[in-house]
Amino acid sequence: MPLLEIKNLQVEFGSGAHAARAVDGVSLSLEAGKTLCLVGESGSGKSVTALSIAKLVPSPPARYVGGEILIEGRDVLKMSSRELRDIRGGLVSYVFQEPGASLNPVFRIGAQIKESLKYHRPAAANDTEVIRLLKLVGIPAPESRLRNYPHELSGGMQQRVMIAMALASQPKLLVADEPTTALDVTIQAQIIELLGDLRKQLGMAVLLITHNLGIVGDLADDVAVMYAGQIVEHGPVREVLQRPLHPYTQALIQSVPDLEAEVERLTAIPGTVPLLGSFPGGCRFHPRCPKAQASCSTQAPELASVKAGRRVRCPLWDSLLEPQTVSHRA
Amino acid sequence: MNLLEIQDLKVHFPVAQRLFGRTKEFVRAVDGVSFTIAPGETVGLVGESGCGKTTLGRAAIKLVEPTSGRIMFEGEDIAALSGKELRARRRRFQMIFQDPFGSLDPRRTVSEIIGEALDIHGLAPDASARRQRIDALLKDVGLDPSHASRLPHEFSGGQRQRIGIARAVAVEPKLIVCDEPVSALDVSVQAQIINLLQDLQREHGIAYLFVAHDLAVVKHISRRILVMYLGRIVESGEAKEVCRAPKHPYTQALLSAVPVVDPDSKRQRILLAGDVPSPIHPPGGCPFHPRCPVAEARCKTEVPPLRELGSGHWAACHLAT
Amino acid sequence: MLLRLGNRLFWSAVTLLGTAVLTFLLVNAVPGDVARVIAGPKASPEVIKAIHTKFHLDEPIWKRLGYHLNNLAHGDLGQSYVTEQPVAEAILTRLPTTAALSTLAIILWMFLAVPLGVLTAKYSGSWFDRFVLVMATLSLSLPAFWLARMLQYWLSYKMGWFPVAGFRGFSHLLLPAGTLALLFVGYYARLIHSNMTEVLNSPYVRAARAKGAPETVVLFRHGLRNAMIPVVTILAMDVAGLLGGVMFTENVFALPGIGTLAVQSVFNLDVPVIMGTVMFSAVLVVAANLMVDVLYQWIDPRIKSAA
Repeated sequence: MPLLEIKNLQVEFGSGAHAARAVDGVSLSLEAGKTLCLVGESGSGKSVTALSIAKLVPSPPARYVGGEILIEGRDVLKMSSRELRDIRGGLVSYVFQEPGASLNPVFRIGAQIKESLKYHRPAAANDTEVIRLLKLVGIPAPESRLRNYPHELSGGMQQRVMIAMALASQPKLLVADEPTTALDVTIQAQIIELLGDLRKQLGMAVLLITHNLGIVGDLADDVAVMYAGQIVEHGPVREVLQRPLHPYTQALIQSVPDLEAEVERLTAIPGTVPLLGSFPGGCRFHPRCPKAQASCSTQAPELASVKAGRRVRCPLWDSLLEPQTVSHRA
Repeated sequence: MNLLEIQDLKVHFPVAQRLFGRTKEFVRAVDGVSFTIAPGETVGLVGESGCGKTTLGRAAIKLVEPTSGRIMFEGEDIAALSGKELRARRRRFQMIFQDPFGSLDPRRTVSEIIGEALDIHGLAPDASARRQRIDALLKDVGLDPSHASRLPHEFSGGQRQRIGIARAVAVEPKLIVCDEPVSALDVSVQAQIINLLQDLQREHGIAYLFVAHDLAVVKHISRRILVMYLGRIVESGEAKEVCRAPKHPYTQALLSAVPVVDPDSKRQRILLAGDVPSPIHPPGGCPFHPRCPVAEARCKTEVPPLRELGSGHWAACHLAT
Repeated sequence: MLLRLGNRLFWSAVTLLGTAVLTFLLVNAVPGDVARVIAGPKASPEVIKAIHTKFHLDEPIWKRLGYHLNNLAHGDLGQSYVTEQPVAEAILTRLPTTAALSTLAIILWMFLAVPLGVLTAKYSGSWFDRFVLVMATLSLSLPAFWLARMLQYWLSYKMGWFPVAGFRGFSHLLLPAGTLALLFVGYYARLIHSNMTEVLNSPYVRAARAKGAPETVVLFRHGLRNAMIPVVTILAMDVAGLLGGVMFTENVFALPGIGTLAVQSVFNLDVPVIMGTVMFSAVLVVAANLMVDVLYQWIDPRIKSAA
């Protein structure tokens, strides 16, 4: 049994004629100890999917229209609020994008970590354990940090505190929602390294949400690429990044400027990312797709298994695949 | 002749203004920076948050008052100018901001936003010429001229950045300071904007000072790169050369931290310890020494000067060769 | 920190001095001979003259201002023209009534406004939220004297639930305090509602839920603590305002508080008492400002290092 299994998840915002489906039929699974990366741009539904795992999307306005989210076989969407509280920060812990805003500004960081311990490991809710956690995430002189307020720490240190807080319950799944986006590159590298070490050391599964393809290769075992509320491609990290099958994944990889390549012009994806509520009909990527054909605007493609462990939402993937043109750029 | 020549520019901001006592402290945001930009050239300015790159970009076109130093624009020191004289010259240097939404007035239509720039510098003799110019500008930046009467919120992030670019280009500037112009945009849209900036440069011969934290983007668009740390330039040179053979340990670490898509990349990541120190009390000696993986004793005491280590390739490091 | 406090104290003193000068000039601009007010309409010219000499009324205004400020600096507010009681004493004997009334009112409205504000933010857009919004608007737009008279008529006179007027114990405070609470509760409920709505959308509230915190802890510990930061300033100003005299309510219910004193002094043209009550209010407002400054260090840890 996988640790996490999302089956055909559907999340809507608004109701009636204004209902917009932010997540439309997402299915994913994650084995214990593995790392899955959910990649997408704004409006792709990646964050809503991630937050749904502990039912953290405020509802209203969100509505869970269909699907299941099974954690160790139990459906989160059917849990009572009491059961949900045990899951949240317990089995499943979160690290968010803006560490500065995610720590409560009026409480000392020691107290905030202790609060997590109190909910999930009350016997260990003491300074010694808080110091051990702070040491684990690489905070120097942790004893002197207990009484600091969040604003007294740098962004990188704040994110380490968030990670320490997430680890307090010894979770089996760590959901990291754009954990490095707000940080500088040198700090980003530190946090990625830390997450990689902790994952190995503690044997937890990680769901990493990011728009940055460049950090995927460092951590992920598997990658799922989302576009306009749907998964468009899913597979092992090497295969997806080196031999992407979906035109969106291909274009996304090519639009990242590369330090080692010498190109006159970047390969841009034309048009704009579609907004929630105005996703195009047919294949949702077809208005921007360089390889679109007439049928793409009318027929919505299914996410099909194409070979071992790989799924693609493009019926043309086979005929379009020209290894020499989509070969990876280092 | 250089279009822009910055000489020993300093921008210090006072902190902790006190009622009694005179001991004021300063943030040394920019602390003695010199560089040049040739006409039609792109110079990239990289560094992490708090390094002073945004302040330097703004001070270079007098959006921030410099504390000392000279800003020679087309041979004239604009650091000393103010008021009317400065305003008359503003037409020749413009700015594009990171947040395409925050820098556009939400209550004014696109044609009003662009038209205002034309009016300020008297570039539209009559209503029909104004109208035509706005249409042409919108077409130039890849927007539909029929959308001229729309408000900024009706556009996507990338389109808003195009409006900001149209506003800057409208007055036919010689130099545009681009402050993180793509970092707020979706990845798939970033490339469009970078390509657009390059197209406009080719057509109109505009020079860019391209300020960003993403070295890969900066390297792609720039001919030369300046690397900034705690208010100073620590390395500068041809973009390709700086990225191929970085001399300063900070540049090396920055380059190694740039995310790479390929999971099999052989690159070894250099992890820097700790955070960027406070620019109020920068470390003595080489400002980078507390985080430097190769620092020696003298790095703690002696400030390394910028030395030319290859043709046009400068670095401020005692150990660089 | 000390420098900051010193700075604040200096400007507080300047504010008070300004208030003193302004009230003095304004009160003296009012037409009418104070001596006539004191001695009565039938007083002989000799008596009037004697009064003029006693209170320096014939001297130029700048000189009288000088006496006034000098007295103030020595803590002397003068004495009432009417009762000859020292003004400071008059204020201090009435302060407990006003303080008791204000405290009770604040407790009543905060006990209502906090849960109303928090719950309407949590269930924003529900019928409950809309109902509270209508009631709050009503409470905001009620004129104080009208509400006080209505409650007095219906609840005290007609129903006999509360004493009609006067002050002979705690029960006499209930209806006046209730009146005040009704006048303020709507404003505070909305104020807390809007701060709370913002706070509930913040990443740290989401992070608190993600930790597994129970909803009551999320709302009242993580949320309310932050939502109250801006409320404290306004509450402190209102406390100062109330202690300075609750004009309408005290007068309607004939409570011997500072508000009644102030109103009487205006009708009597009792200049020292008018100036005394105004100065007292000014001191309270200035003190409340200082207190908020100090309180903020404790409520919002971000302030300390920004200073």
